[in-house]
Amino acid sequence: MTVLQARQLSVALAGKTVVEDLDLTLSAGEITVLLGPNGAGKSTLLGGLAGELPITGELNFGGRPMTAWAPGALARQRGVMPQRVEVNFPLTVEEVVRLGRTGGDRRADEAILAEVLSALSLEGLRYRKMPTLSGGEQQRVQLARVLAQILDSQGPRLLLLDECTSALDPAHQQLALGLVRTLARTQGIAVLAIVHDLNLAAQFADRLVVLKAGRCVASGPAEEVLTPSMLASVYGYQARVERLAEGYSVIVPVAGAVQTAPVKPTCRQAS
Amino acid sequence: MQSSRLSPRFPGQLLDPAGRLRFGASLALVVALAVVAALVSISSGAYPISVTDMLRVLAGQPGQDAAARLVLMEVRLPRFLLGFLVGAVLAVSGAILQGLFRNPLADPTLIGVSSGASLAAISVIVLGEALLGHWLHLAETWALPLAAFAGGSGTVFLAWKIARRAGQVSVATLLLAGIAINAIAMAGTGLLTFHANDEQLRSLTFWTMGSLGHAAWHDLVVAGPWLLLALLMAQTLATPLDAFLMGESVVGHLGFDTERVKRRAILVAGLGVGAAVAVSGLIGFVGLVVPHLVRQMAGASHRTLLPICALAGGSLLVAADSLARVVVAPAELPIGLMTALIGGPFFLVILLRMNVS
Repeated sequence: MTVLQARQLSVALAGKTVVEDLDLTLSAGEITVLLGPNGAGKSTLLGGLAGELPITGELNFGGRPMTAWAPGALARQRGVMPQRVEVNFPLTVEEVVRLGRTGGDRRADEAILAEVLSALSLEGLRYRKMPTLSGGEQQRVQLARVLAQILDSQGPRLLLLDECTSALDPAHQQLALGLVRTLARTQGIAVLAIVHDLNLAAQFADRLVVLKAGRCVASGPAEEVLTPSMLASVYGYQARVERLAEGYSVIVPVAGAVQTAPVKPTCRQAS
Repeated sequence: MQSSRLSPRFPGQLLDPAGRLRFGASLALVVALAVVAALVSISSGAYPISVTDMLRVLAGQPGQDAAARLVLMEVRLPRFLLGFLVGAVLAVSGAILQGLFRNPLADPTLIGVSSGASLAAISVIVLGEALLGHWLHLAETWALPLAAFAGGSGTVFLAWKIARRAGQVSVATLLLAGIAINAIAMAGTGLLTFHANDEQLRSLTFWTMGSLGHAAWHDLVVAGPWLLLALLMAQTLATPLDAFLMGESVVGHLGFDTERVKRRAILVAGLGVGAAVAVSGLIGFVGLVVPHLVRQMAGASHRTLLPICALAGGSLLVAADSLARVVVAPAELPIGLMTALIGGPFFLVILLRMNVS
C-alpha cells in the first residue's frame, strides 16, 4: 500500500532549489534508506516531506495531497525526527516523550509511554533531566518521542528519520533500527531514514535511494544498489562489497586505495 | 507516607521522582509567599498599619482610624496589586522569551521592549512640551503611560518586522535585532538625559530605575487589563513552548502553527512588558531570575513554569518594593535598583554553585 508518493518534487532551501525533480514512493511496512554524500540534499528532502521547507511538484500522503491535511491530524500520522536536537533546559525524559502525545488519545498515553521507554531501554532514565544525558541517550529519547506520536494512530503512517542512530553505540543502533523495522512491519508504517553507515543501511533497508547533487542517481534493493562502482562514483569511496549471508553485506574500504572523497562539489549550492 | 526514591529525606508526596517539588506543592508554596508578601507590603511603610487594622478595613468594618483607611485603600492596596501584576508579567514574559529563544539568558530587557517603552516615556518628559505643546496638557496623566506602551509594543513590532522574511520569522534575527534596538534605545535615553533639565531629570529616574511609588487605581485601570490579558494568553502557549525547547521545527512536527505561536509569544511579551513599563518604569532581573529559580524548583515544563512564575514573580516584586520603602524610610529607593541589588548577586551565587556541582 502506498503511503507517500512524490512526483517531480523539488525542495528549496534559503531560496535555492536543492532537491530537483524527484520521484519517490514509500510503501506501508517498508524501510527506505536515503544515501548520498554530505550536501547531496538528503536532509533538505526530508525537510520538504516534513513540511518545513517549501516544495513544488506533487506530494500525496495517504491518497490525499499533503496540503489537504490539517496540521493537527497530520501530526498523528507523520513523525519526524530531526538530525540534531539538543535540550538545554531541565525537562525530564518523561516530559519530552509525553510531548509526542500532544493531541493524541489521552487514555493511551501511559501505556504508550511505558512501551516506547522500555523498547528503547530508557526506563531507568525516565525521571532524569535531559541536560544530564549523553548524546546517544538524548537521541534515543527523541526517537521515543517521535514513536509515541504515531504509535496508536489509525490510517497511513510515516516516519521520517534524519540520522536517528548517528550518536548511538553499535548495540543501540541495532536496538533502535530493529525496533523501527519491527514497528514498520507489524503496524504498516512507512519509513524514510537517512543513514550514513552503509552496513546499517544494507542491513535494515528494504530499498535504497541514492541522492547526488539533489537528484536521485540510483534506487532499489541493497544488493543491486550497493556496488563498488556506485560507491566510487557517488562518494569517491574505493570499497569492496562482501556478501556474508543472505541479506547481510559488509562494505570494506579497499586497502591502500587513495580515498578521493569529494571529487567535485556535489551540493548545488556549492557549485 | 512513602519516601521518594531519589530524596529519601523528603516525603514522596512533596517531591516527584525527578526530585522536584510537585506542582501542587509548588503552587501552595508560591501562594503562601504571595500572602506573606501581601501582608508585609500592605502593612509596612512610612505609615505602619497593623495586620488586624488592615483586615478590619478590608472587611468593611467602620474603623476609628480614617487615615489608616485612606492609606490602605488609596495607596497601599493599588500599589500592592499593581506591583504583583507587574512582577507576574515580567517573570512570565522572561520565561516565554527564554523558551522562544531557547536561551535561559533571554529577558524582556534583551529584545528591547523595556528600553523602547522607557525611551518613549522619557521623550515625552524631555521633548513633550516642545513637540506636543498644549496637547500634552490635555493628555495629562495618560500621556506617559500611553507613550511607554506604544514605545514598548512599537519596538517589538520593529524587531518583528526586521526578523520577518518570506512570511517566516527568524528567531535568531529577532534576538539580534532586539539587542541592536535595545542599544539604540539606551543611547537615545542617554542623549535625552544629557539634554534634560534638573526637574526633568528627577522624573526620568522613574523610567530608568523603576518605581511603584506613584501607583494609583487609575494605573490599574489603564494597565491592569493588558497585564491580565498577557498572563492569560501566556498560559495557552505552554505546550508549544515546551516543543520550542526541542527546536523550532519540532513545534511544527507536533501539529502547531509555528508562526502563530511565535506571533503570540511576542505579542504577550510586547503588550505585557509595554504595559508594565508604562506604569512602573524599567525593572530588570525579575524576568531573568524568577524563571531560573522556578525551573530549578519545579521543572522546565511551561505548564508548571508559567503559573508558578506568575505567582513567584508577583510576590518577589512586591517584597522588593516593601524593602525599597523600608530601608531608607520615609524616602524610598527606586525598585529597579532594588531588584538589581538583590537579583544581581543572587544570580551570581546561583551561577557559581552551578559551576561547582
